Amino acid sequence: MPSKELLSNTTVFTLAFTSGFIIMSIELLGGRILAPYFGSSIYVWGSVITVFMVALSVGYLTGGQLSLHQPRLAKYGFFFLAAAITAVPTILFGEAMMDWVFLRIEDPRYGSLVAASMLFFIPTVILGMIAPYSVRLLVRETHYSGKVAGGLYFVSTLGSALGTLLTSFYLVLLFEINEILITMASVLILCFFIALISDRTLTPDDHK
Amino acid sequence: MKKLLIALCLTVPALTSYADIVIHKEKSLYRNIIVNQKADKRCLVFSVKREMRNQTCIDTKNPNRIVFAYVQMTFSGLMANPDPKRALMIGVGGGTISNVLLDVFPELEIDLVEVDQAVVNVAREYFDFVENDRTKMHVVDGRVFTRRAVAQDKQYDLIILDAFTGEYIPEHMMTLEFMQDIAALLTENGVVISNTFEGSALYDYESATYQAAFGDLLNLKMPHTGNRVIVATASPLPSNQRLAENAHMLQPKFDKYEIVLRNYIARFDRTPDWNPDTRPLTDQYSPANLLRSRKR
Repeated sequence: MPSKELLSNTTVFTLAFTSGFIIMSIELLGGRILAPYFGSSIYVWGSVITVFMVALSVGYLTGGQLSLHQPRLAKYGFFFLAAAITAVPTILFGEAMMDWVFLRIEDPRYGSLVAASMLFFIPTVILGMIAPYSVRLLVRETHYSGKVAGGLYFVSTLGSALGTLLTSFYLVLLFEINEILITMASVLILCFFIALISDRTLTPDDHK
Repeated sequence: MKKLLIALCLTVPALTSYADIVIHKEKSLYRNIIVNQKADKRCLVFSVKREMRNQTCIDTKNPNRIVFAYVQMTFSGLMANPDPKRALMIGVGGGTISNVLLDVFPELEIDLVEVDQAVVNVAREYFDFVENDRTKMHVVDGRVFTRRAVAQDKQYDLIILDAFTGEYIPEHMMTLEFMQDIAALLTENGVVISNTFEGSALYDYESATYQAAFGDLLNLKMPHTGNRVIVATASPLPSNQRLAENAHMLQPKFDKYEIVLRNYIARFDRTPDWNPDTRPLTDQYSPANLLRSRKR
């Protein structure tokens, strides 16, 4: 494998792993963020999981569409930056948003569904775009497309598993929710720079 | 032979009456619920494999007998406010505590909050749970109820927190923000009585959280049981002399339950015995169940 290809693939796999980790970490924290307003019953988890699933499906569709137009690592990096930026209102104004919803919707089922949508939908859509775009960056021959997609799912889903485990077992014991979220947003920004640097290393001619 | 037969007839019922008989069993959204009967003792059990933990027991022959020490301990908090008019009870269980309150205070109105409809049904069917025009049942999460109650400016003279099963703690109901809502719901003479546990790392965190919300506390522990009752008030805590006066006034109502209120006065600990550097639990940091599995 040429070294350029190796660098590109390593970057994509690392970043896909990270996004898988962060998606599930935020999803788990989602249930905790909603609990003080809507309780911790099964329907609150139902709301959180529904919103994440719908957001991811929209993200997959959009990411796949975007991968048609001159895909490159620099553009890929912007998904990470956008996810970090759209997570900021959740961190800063999450409580105000939940207050607003709580006072308007009495039924905690629909309250939690609306609140979860307001807090998590947009960043999760953007994180969902990463998977299909990753596949596009990795696939070089159609013959290998299934293998590449399988490898990508493997890495990003393992990331999700680790994000779930570490968050629920250790992170909530060590840090405040917002500290974890701010760290996640910072890591996403770091991913943005990694993608940008890899892109420049791989295609120096474009920037002369 | 005849003698043997008589002996057999006498012993067989005696033997069977000492075995636990499950009279009701169901899986609710939140837990497994079992009602079992052993002689005259009927218990509500929230089961887990590791351990069966009785939530409420009643004596079916003598309903005035309070089977559990922690239930008796709960009423000790009434010495801090002997004349409540409006009460809020979060966590209904078998309904024993609310039954006694309704009986003892003929004008008391109670908002009852229980998250699990199945527990309410079982209390109604098997535990002589009293409901009348002075009670209002709300099947909703305790935190959701109190948040709404604060927004509606509701006020209570007495709030009883009894939502912890000992196996699982609803973590959003052990945070400073929740306690601040509880404090906001209390009238000037209001008292909050919380049934909880001791014996894990959570002890320090829980104590620090109550202290941050209410200031000084009355801390009541029952040796060997692991049960703990925390009593806190909206105004400064009453003196022991005031508690004794109130106990004297209330005692006639509790005679039939064989509870001697003044006995608890000396057992109230007013001095913090927890690590003063412990941070209170908050909505941002509330790993209560993880802390509960750690040793102190």
